Amino acid sequence: MSVVIEPAVTPELAAEHGLKSDEYQRLLEITGRVPTFTELGIVSVMWSEHCSYKSSKVWLRTLPTEGPHVICGPGENAGVVDIGDGQAAIFKMESHNHPSFIEPYQGAATGVGGILRDVFTMGARPVANLNALRFGSPDHPKTRHLIAGVVAGIGGYGNCVGVPTVGGETNFHRAYNGNILVNAMTVGVAPADRIFYSKAAGIGNPVVYVGSKTGRDGIHGATMASAEFSDDSEEKRPTVQVGDPFTEKLLIEACLELMATDVIVAIQDMGAAGLTSSSVEMAGKGGLGIELDLDAVPCRETAMTAYEIMLSESQERMLMVLKPGCEAVARAIFDKWELDFAVIGRLTDTGRLVLNKGGTTWADLMIEPLVSRAPVYDRPWLPTPAAAWVSADEVPLPCRPCEVLLRLMGCPDLASRRWIWEQYDSQVGADTVAGPGGDAAVVRIHGTGKALALTTDCTPRYCLADPYQGGAQAVAEAWRNLTAVGALPLAVTDNLNFGNPEKPLIMGQLVGCIQGMAAACRALDFPVVSGNVSLYNETNGEAILPTPAIGGLGLLRDVRRRVGLGFVADGDMVILLGETRGHLGQSLYLREIHGREDGTPPPVDLGLERRTGDLVRDLINDGLVTACHDLSDGGLAVAAAEMALAGDRGAELVLPIGVDPIGFLFGEDQARYLLTAADSVQILHRAGAAGVPACVLGTTGGTVLTINRCNAISLVQLRAVHERWLPQLMAGPAAAAGCPPDSERPVGATGCGC
Amino acid sequence: MKAAVIVFPGSNCDRDVAVALAQATGAAPLMVWHHAGELPAVDLIVLPGGFSHGDYLRSGAMAARAPIMRAVAERAAAGVRVLGICNGFQILTEAGLLPGALMRNAGLKFICRTVGLRVERADSAFTAAYRVGQEIALPIAHADGNFFADDETLKRVEGEGQVAFRYLDNPNGSAHDIAGVLNRGGTVLGLMPHPERASEPAHGGTDGQALFQGLVAALS
Repeated sequence: MSVVIEPAVTPELAAEHGLKSDEYQRLLEITGRVPTFTELGIVSVMWSEHCSYKSSKVWLRTLPTEGPHVICGPGENAGVVDIGDGQAAIFKMESHNHPSFIEPYQGAATGVGGILRDVFTMGARPVANLNALRFGSPDHPKTRHLIAGVVAGIGGYGNCVGVPTVGGETNFHRAYNGNILVNAMTVGVAPADRIFYSKAAGIGNPVVYVGSKTGRDGIHGATMASAEFSDDSEEKRPTVQVGDPFTEKLLIEACLELMATDVIVAIQDMGAAGLTSSSVEMAGKGGLGIELDLDAVPCRETAMTAYEIMLSESQERMLMVLKPGCEAVARAIFDKWELDFAVIGRLTDTGRLVLNKGGTTWADLMIEPLVSRAPVYDRPWLPTPAAAWVSADEVPLPCRPCEVLLRLMGCPDLASRRWIWEQYDSQVGADTVAGPGGDAAVVRIHGTGKALALTTDCTPRYCLADPYQGGAQAVAEAWRNLTAVGALPLAVTDNLNFGNPEKPLIMGQLVGCIQGMAAACRALDFPVVSGNVSLYNETNGEAILPTPAIGGLGLLRDVRRRVGLGFVADGDMVILLGETRGHLGQSLYLREIHGREDGTPPPVDLGLERRTGDLVRDLINDGLVTACHDLSDGGLAVAAAEMALAGDRGAELVLPIGVDPIGFLFGEDQARYLLTAADSVQILHRAGAAGVPACVLGTTGGTVLTINRCNAISLVQLRAVHERWLPQLMAGPAAAAGCPPDSERPVGATGCGC
Repeated sequence: MKAAVIVFPGSNCDRDVAVALAQATGAAPLMVWHHAGELPAVDLIVLPGGFSHGDYLRSGAMAARAPIMRAVAERAAAGVRVLGICNGFQILTEAGLLPGALMRNAGLKFICRTVGLRVERADSAFTAAYRVGQEIALPIAHADGNFFADDETLKRVEGEGQVAFRYLDNPNGSAHDIAGVLNRGGTVLGLMPHPERASEPAHGGTDGQALFQGLVAALS
């Protein structure tokens, strides 16, 4: 057997591991000696931004995390909320941005795998996946390749494990050219009295490794995710892990089968920083020590060192602490599912992490100070300068409103995402009541008449212009989307994607967004129960748009009460609820029609948001509403068009007298819903009583969407424009050359002066 | 009607089809692990959808050689009805219980959508509650649903009327728009669409219900 000699640890080697010099000094103080190479590796990942949240922690603490429904807030593998009848929903969103840029298929696939494990490790059967994706400019040479790989990776993993991918969002902006965002969310359901936590207990209890074997893949992935990119980032490809969804499926079934017995003390998945973070976190939470025999770890490759075993990010692995004497029960289950099972250590009373291999001790560290003295930074920050107001006079209609609407419906941020979501199995489980394409997905809780409503939302351009309003808007839009299907919003998971926090303006974006989110979460009783922070999303010094993606979860007590966004019958009244001021700053109208990306984003009036949403939910639950859609990107006209397409039914709308058509049709004022009802009288009456502005805009019917009589677009044409853009992009330039131009004229439209 | 659902490692529609069967029969089907050497006496054997063995090697190839498949083949030979849905269809072709093979979709991508089908046979137990020529809508969700057989086989399959369902708008390149095919005796059916995903109003469609109801009527 060859003798393993580790490199001597020096300040330079520590710096190569991403430790700043003062962080290395702190490590020396804690250890009282020069750490071993393995110890350095372990501490460098524990103290990485990705694992320690050192730049965001002081601000994350300001988010509201408690509420009547919250069973477990941030700090565990995922958040847990009470959904009644002895059941709990467990959910979280997590980023896999850097790996997905380097190797899109495996990066995205393992992102899905990782977030699934965060949820089933707590005892939940995963019931839904969502994903929030941000790509660069559609004409950037890498964008098509990244979309194709990410979508195939998400589908390849989620479809195989048998968890439906029911929703999400996709945006395009050149700020993501060198740094895409792949944020994956998983939702699971568990018995409320059978939640599994990661806090180890019981000195002498066996520590058990289950799942796939450990290989050299992904070593230092967490450190990679904590640094900026440069042009040579593709050389980091070996740090991207490879996913095996088949093994994950077996792992889900085996873990849930084991959880139905009574043998598990604690369990944690091996995610970022693999065996390091799982063993240290479990022992640390329990205030115990842990001693591991790394010779017992199932390895896929020969001659792996202690360093490599501890830092490997091989996928589909879990670490658990069992009750004493229960190993045989557990082993039988994992044997049945043909998964590795190995007792690799014991809990001790020393408070130390001790790693033995081949008769040598490779690490011997006190755990508590590594956790309690982990670096925390209150980084300097600068507020984003206020943007200027944009008035409608500056940006007149260049053509008739129906032509503007057609252009918006075919623009990258509004065109149909069917090309993406048809590659995801959105129905496996046979409980998907509303899949992709609506305001929120609706997934029935198996065997009940209840359902979860799920959405992900963020409008990064708002966050860039005004982080506070953008943060509040992201929360408000998620809350609105859940409300629009009739659900009661319960809680939030967040995925905060930002640039380099060592730059005060970027740090100011993070601070502003969190402050806005906190205000909205409080006003809307929508606490944050889990989340993830991804910083250093920059390439060659260029930061992404600040992107605090919000994953929202709501509850429908009676799934039969839910409504969709499609018009359902001819002759229904179309009613606008909420206040329209015609806000055009940061609107898609401004960007797509006038090429301007400036102005203030629409302000969020949280009181009005709350009042309007509570009214809409009540109206839906009282059975008065036939369809409902929240107003967001593109404003009223786009919302009406989306409702018409979803229901394959037109409408005839007339604007109120005296309104400015640009702002009314395309303004992006918040706290608004468009709904349909067989009878408007009661709705207008109740809106009046609730102090919510409401007006009837017209009626549904026919095969044409008409605005003010003269602007008519056939649904056939609207659909063609809406559905064409993404498939055409993905078919490539050669295919696009043979297609009709985007400036195609509306048919059947007559002259107009709206 | 007593039914058994075979569960392979990687099956993921086993529970869904069990729910649909329970709704149609009033009793939960038996769930049989792929390692089992024997099958209890049942009227219907179902091979569910999913990714048995991860679809590694070839979809259905490894599952077709599972220990339980010997018993499935024996029962099929004895005339017990066997239904393979999606991955189950792939397993049945790999096991030689149905003709043809299922290749990668012509578009090379996974497709999940509801498609239109035409019912071609109403005289099998599986299709007895449909009418010949009836057009129905069922969801598909697969990457390998492109039905292929050599010309001679296709000629025989068509000649003997073994096609049970045809796509109205072929989504995956299947030969002769074949979405579901019977064995010569009409006792084994494989189909790519998922009737269990269209078996109650909450699914947004109920055209799959008749398949299970037809089986119950024929086999009870």
